[in-house]
Amino acid sequence: MTAKRKRAEKIFFNSEKEMPLAPMSIGSMSFNLTGAWRNIRPVIDLNNCIQCGICWKFCPDTSILIENEFPVVDYDYCKGCGLCAEECPTKCITMVEEIK
Amino acid sequence: MGNHSLSYGAMLSRAQVISAYPITPQTQVVELLSEMCANKVLDAQFIKVESEHSAMASLIGAALAGARTFTATSAQGLALMHELLHWASGARLPIVMGNINRAMAPGWSIWSDQNDSLSQRDTGWIQFYCANNQEVLDSVIQAYKVAERFSVPAMVILDAFTLSHTYEVVDVPDQSLVDAYLPPFQPAFRLTPDEPHAFGGLTSPDHYFELRYKLQKDMEKVPEAVEATGQEYEKIFGRYLGAVDAYQVEDAEIILVTSGTAGSTARVAVDLLRQKGIKAGNFRIRLFRPFPFALVRQILSRAKKVAVVDRNISYGYHGIFYQEVKSALYGLSSVPVFGFIAGLGGRDITPETFEAIVNYTLNKNQPAEEIIWIGVKQ
Amino acid sequence: MKLSLPLDEYMNPGHLACQGCGATLVMRYVLKALGQKTVLCIPACCWSVIDGPFPYSCLDVPIFHCAFETAAASASGVKAGLEMVGDKETTVVAWAGDGGTFDIGLQALSGAAERNDDIIYVCYDNEAYMNTGIQRSSATPYGAWTTTTPVKHFKDQPKKDIVAIMAAHRIPYIATASVAYPEDLYKKMKKAKEIKGTRFFHIYAPCPTGWKSRPEDTVKLARLAVQTCHFPLFEVENGEHYILSIKPREKKPMVEYLRLQGRFHHLTEKEIQLIQKEVDYNWSRLLRLCGQAVAQSSASE
Repeated sequence: MTAKRKRAEKIFFNSEKEMPLAPMSIGSMSFNLTGAWRNIRPVIDLNNCIQCGICWKFCPDTSILIENEFPVVDYDYCKGCGLCAEECPTKCITMVEEIK
Repeated sequence: MGNHSLSYGAMLSRAQVISAYPITPQTQVVELLSEMCANKVLDAQFIKVESEHSAMASLIGAALAGARTFTATSAQGLALMHELLHWASGARLPIVMGNINRAMAPGWSIWSDQNDSLSQRDTGWIQFYCANNQEVLDSVIQAYKVAERFSVPAMVILDAFTLSHTYEVVDVPDQSLVDAYLPPFQPAFRLTPDEPHAFGGLTSPDHYFELRYKLQKDMEKVPEAVEATGQEYEKIFGRYLGAVDAYQVEDAEIILVTSGTAGSTARVAVDLLRQKGIKAGNFRIRLFRPFPFALVRQILSRAKKVAVVDRNISYGYHGIFYQEVKSALYGLSSVPVFGFIAGLGGRDITPETFEAIVNYTLNKNQPAEEIIWIGVKQ
Repeated sequence: MKLSLPLDEYMNPGHLACQGCGATLVMRYVLKALGQKTVLCIPACCWSVIDGPFPYSCLDVPIFHCAFETAAASASGVKAGLEMVGDKETTVVAWAGDGGTFDIGLQALSGAAERNDDIIYVCYDNEAYMNTGIQRSSATPYGAWTTTTPVKHFKDQPKKDIVAIMAAHRIPYIATASVAYPEDLYKKMKKAKEIKGTRFFHIYAPCPTGWKSRPEDTVKLARLAVQTCHFPLFEVENGEHYILSIKPREKKPMVEYLRLQGRFHHLTEKEIQLIQKEVDYNWSRLLRLCGQAVAQSSASE
């Protein structure tokens, strides 16, 4: 099961008139799907998951969400760093090669 | 004194955050402002920073938070702020700063010289060069008006000691009149959790060009706005200040181009010369950035001879007002433009200085050399 | 399911941090503690880039990207400005790396601390100028390789003791924290939020790219740093009252920590012993400083 979150759009300007006066942000980085960065992806075996929340806690990309009291990976953004698998106390998360 | 005129200007403009570091000959500005804050005559926070760099950094933060800001400095302090002068304009923040024109070290000098502020002419700040203390006070108030309208920072500049420490009679306007002329600061954007933005992030070649184009385009609107606000100011306060101060130029055989207190002395020299039958005139540039092209071209292109007097020099080239005036007239007029360097490091500029300049100019069709030094022991 | 931290996130995904970046974990936990009414002043550092380029941002709080040496000065100015426009509640945070804190930003930090300006200063320490490509800073520990301290000329000076410098300013609150102990960081940040005056955090943020460690080891390294007593967790109140947060039951040898990082692989046995000696010395010194307070509050892990 993959989690889906509200995504932002990439921003294009056709003229300086469309740009803000100062260099300031007007949109969110979540248009950038960093899932494309990874070579390996985490796969959670929910049967052995003890719902401790540690994987959710240590994700630098907020790419593990809690749904129905269980962790779910957001593969749109997960960079495949492996922190969740490394820290999981029951070792129920495996890092698997990305399928081309 | 001129320094106190700056303080009164900031007070009347209801500056809300002041951040400054003392440096001779600016110290009285910050001392009076400290007293004003302590006595609650001015409702402002005064951050007693540990350097001029931090002074400008903290004002950029305060202005981004939406407050009206003020500081003052001179020479070495202004140079220390240099990185952040670029920042203030690029961030489109209408910070107002007083700068006392003081010579750059080494050797240590505390006397009048324009190299400090002119070295910053590329940073995107509006620059007003003042000739008397009344003008200093009025210019601070007008600076806020123009700066906030176009979201560009502005500096009000005065000569060390000849203005900063000289006492003159100054009319301090009524607070209610100033409030009518200058309403509270309404920022176009600000730091607030209610509407979060990231200001100043990484900007690629795809975007930087346009953002800077916008800054220049807004700067170009300033000279006209200065004239217009000068007229508005005259209606309320009875005094007119424009981008330039032209005196006796209509029938002049030679027009002096001056700035700062030298521009005030030049008026006296023009009167003395006219008594002797020489038709001299004075064109004092008050607004130097953005450069008042229209007025310069309009008035100087019809002159018979122009003598620009610089209390500064861009080493390896020439005086800075000379360069810019000459290039503004290029192609429009064949009026001979003479460039004089005088008064560096506080060497006095007197009516006699101008007499020497005028005599030299009247006796030559073209300048004999590119740079003509007045008063230096060659 | 009982989570040890609130669920609310103020950091969105899609940001540009490296895989396994410790600095992003610091941001995540700090914002959970401080909430929406926060303004960050971020000088040049990894986070200037992580947040994303114009016209985007990945955080739900406002950010002022400021000049490199001005984190503390900018924050002081923002705080004054916000108060003058009527906002006395928003927390203003200076958010700098070790370069912008220990080195180029030290003057502004000292100035703000001396004035006791009402800001929280967070230094996330990855022990080098990582954003510009792993050059040494005064926070780089003895023995580390960096691009400006190559193996034949590795960093020969000890890590600057920034907490001692800040304690000398007698500011109301200083805390060290590590991304391996997010609950401890959260608790300290919540405590700091209620204190007025300058509050300083020194937070350990391992960097796989700069330390040449595996991205999945980031939290393990942050934990080992505490367990070896190389980066102890403690608080300092008013520059004088030292409180130890965690006293490891078993003090692990430095070699366990060092061997997980490529930047230390060149070290000889002798050099590792020197490092161990330094860590032991600093730890016993800290215990003595905390001795006044150890009886009152200490937690064994």
